[in-house]
Amino acid sequence: MAQNMTADAAHAHDEHHESPVVFGFWLYLMTDCIIFGTLFAVFAVLRDQFAGGPTGHEVFELSGVGIETAILLFSSITYGFGMIAAHENKVSTMRTWLGVTFLLGLGFLFMEIREFSHMIAEGNGPDRSAFLSAFFTLVGTHGLHVTCGLLWMAVLLFQTAGKTELNERMIGKLTCLSLFWHFLDIVWICVFTFVYLMSVI
Amino acid sequence: MLGKLTLSAIPYDVPILVGTFIGAAIAGLAVVGLITYYGKWGYLWREWLTSVDHKRIGVMYIVVALVALFRGFADAIMMRSQLALAYAGNPGYLPPHHYDQIFSAHGTIMIFFMAMAFMQGLMNIVVPLQIGARDVAFPFVNTLSFWMTTISFLLVNVSLFIGEFSQCGWLAYPPLSEQQFSPGVGVDYYIWAVQLSGVGTLLTGVNFFATIVKMRAPGMTYMRMPVFTWTIFCTTVLIMVAFPILTVAMGLLGLDRYLGMHFFTNDGGGNQMLYLSVIWGWGHPEVYILVLPAFGAFSEITQTFSRKPLFGYKTMVYATASIMVLSLVVWVHHFFTMGAGPNVNAFFGIMTMIIAVPTGVKIFNWLFTMYKGRIDFHATMYWVIGFMITFSIGGMTGVMLAIPASDFVLHNSLFVIAHFHNVIIGGVYFGYVAAMNFWFPKAFGFKLNEAWGKRAFWFWFVGFYVAFMPLYVLGFEGMTRRMNHYDNPEWHPWLLIAEVGAVLIACGIVCQLTQLYVSIRDRNLAENRDLTGDPWNARTLEWSTSSPPPFYNFAILPEVHELDAFAHDKEAGIDTRQAGGNYQPIHMPKNTACGFLIGAFSFVMGFGAVWYIWWLAAVGLIGVIATVIARSSDNDVDYYVPVSEVVRIEQEHTHNLMAAQAAE
Repeated sequence: MAQNMTADAAHAHDEHHESPVVFGFWLYLMTDCIIFGTLFAVFAVLRDQFAGGPTGHEVFELSGVGIETAILLFSSITYGFGMIAAHENKVSTMRTWLGVTFLLGLGFLFMEIREFSHMIAEGNGPDRSAFLSAFFTLVGTHGLHVTCGLLWMAVLLFQTAGKTELNERMIGKLTCLSLFWHFLDIVWICVFTFVYLMSVI
Repeated sequence: MLGKLTLSAIPYDVPILVGTFIGAAIAGLAVVGLITYYGKWGYLWREWLTSVDHKRIGVMYIVVALVALFRGFADAIMMRSQLALAYAGNPGYLPPHHYDQIFSAHGTIMIFFMAMAFMQGLMNIVVPLQIGARDVAFPFVNTLSFWMTTISFLLVNVSLFIGEFSQCGWLAYPPLSEQQFSPGVGVDYYIWAVQLSGVGTLLTGVNFFATIVKMRAPGMTYMRMPVFTWTIFCTTVLIMVAFPILTVAMGLLGLDRYLGMHFFTNDGGGNQMLYLSVIWGWGHPEVYILVLPAFGAFSEITQTFSRKPLFGYKTMVYATASIMVLSLVVWVHHFFTMGAGPNVNAFFGIMTMIIAVPTGVKIFNWLFTMYKGRIDFHATMYWVIGFMITFSIGGMTGVMLAIPASDFVLHNSLFVIAHFHNVIIGGVYFGYVAAMNFWFPKAFGFKLNEAWGKRAFWFWFVGFYVAFMPLYVLGFEGMTRRMNHYDNPEWHPWLLIAEVGAVLIACGIVCQLTQLYVSIRDRNLAENRDLTGDPWNARTLEWSTSSPPPFYNFAILPEVHELDAFAHDKEAGIDTRQAGGNYQPIHMPKNTACGFLIGAFSFVMGFGAVWYIWWLAAVGLIGVIATVIARSSDNDVDYYVPVSEVVRIEQEHTHNLMAAQAAE
């Protein structure tokens, strides 16, 4: 333990380079962006391949999607409040905002799962047509990311439990998750626009 | 309980596989027995399997690559032998069911597990040393990458003895690879192996890009980076751009197979051309991911053994960057015949031909580096010169294929096979072997035997031409690829010649193994030891530290004032190691078993998913998540090397060096 203390102390005035964690995470996000970009391209190719099945106009319920969108956008704001608190080292405030974000994320996920299960129950599952395959995969990949984000958030809430201040490593982790969460927001805006709105128009 | 897995999945009725299994089992038991006999398990676990040291990870990557080379080549010579036999009514010794698995495994293994592993091994060993860093940006991610690649290779090999491998070629084109036509587990093995190794490669790309951007030695601006580092830099960009596309391609094919979706199926509105665009959107950049590092190695070797700085450093950098960009806009040339239309084909044909320009620039740069140089015809240089000749021929046949009109004649024929082996063996493989000969003393502290290196070169060089030039002829004669048997008498002699070539290449591989054996046996002879750390009088920073380098690489981080920093320091008489200098405690990462564990759990998950054993797949997935969380909660991940330890290691090196100089 004593050795760790000296290690931490020496961290502060280490002669070389700042931590590359946030930069590395940015790079990872850009690769994730290419995954979504490719899925959007796939959706664009297959969006008219209904194979006799329903069109987007017939299966999408915009009111539900609108609420989902509002919830996710709002969760980005609450995470932002959490980060402000984190930078001011107010751990319990940060944890409260993260908790709110977590619940909002859970709500989003719940609505998405409900939408999916409704569609599948009506026989419009991902195996119905290429259009629905592309839809479920693109939106589902986003949902999977949200799930991972929620798991990550739970881990961070657990790791900060009982802490009175945040070290540099924890701030780094919170920053990475914040990037991730906002990134998912941006992806969702594209999903909302290109998948839902454009299919309904 | 066991999903699709039953006893009938074990191919005990196929003599070739039983023999292979017995051979592999004996070899495996021998290795395990030797390790146990010498009591090395603890050492192996602590110092290698859990290591986060980039040099050791690099060596392990190359060991995996050599095993993969062995497996991939065994497949290759079996195919050549089949085609030498299976003529005019003789069915050969490989039924189509087995033959198709062999050519699929050959391509998959050679690209994903031989070439990719070799390349990542080289970048691991060289790049941090070359930029004057003590490790990579994310040492833990580095061991994770290694294990993801390794367990994926293991998964491919498990398919030999449990079930079957894909029979759909190395890129598993749908609709053949769909559940409808490939109901077995072969394609699933392929999908999971490629998917899991892709995760490892993607993380390597992120890791090394961050390393090169963030961790260069003070004073090393971008235009002072060694060319090998530049090529790795461009390669990591391509990895980050291309591998996510591969992830999507494999993911969608998997969804089609597992959940009955309709991305690439015949029915339900699926579109197979979409798969081709996606897979080649990864596949073409992949070619340059492999060959750019080879170009970098050739640059370092040529300038070192020509005793001259590289001709046209800047043009080399710009050529590398141009190739990086162009490689992203040529993928349609892999399927000109699929009906994209003349305008699209013309665009992609022209872009493809333009790539020949920066590549030509590179060839001329190497030639001008050699021109008026004092060339040392070291074994390493043989591979370089062999490359320049072979790769130029391969490049020219590539330009032929880039012309859509001639591609319509040649597509899917053995001409294509001859072309890409021409560039991959002549460019990638020769490059990696040259690099291995060049950097081996840096990694191990002794040189590779030159005589056996030259023998290996000649067998490979001649063997390549004998094996693949006939394939060009056969392509013109209309022989298609992936053919199991044939009855055209004109093809037979050419296939016999190709078989001879494969045997010559086998001799080349034996020479390489002998080279390793002889070099290890004679490692303590004075002429083989590398005590100075600079056996070739080279120009870049990796040679300024000892061989093998201490685990922290540099006791004092070097300062860079111009290109070829080490050559500059030698000319100016600066002692780059600054022995007796003002040492500081060195911050280093601790070894961790987490990379190994995540790899092992991923293997369990992949195997479970291949056989529809869902509880096993769930165990694997939960294991992965739990290990990641455990690692994230562990705050004891680094430590400081005290000054006294640094002084001890540095003094030992100085002592060895002076003893060696006194002995001369």
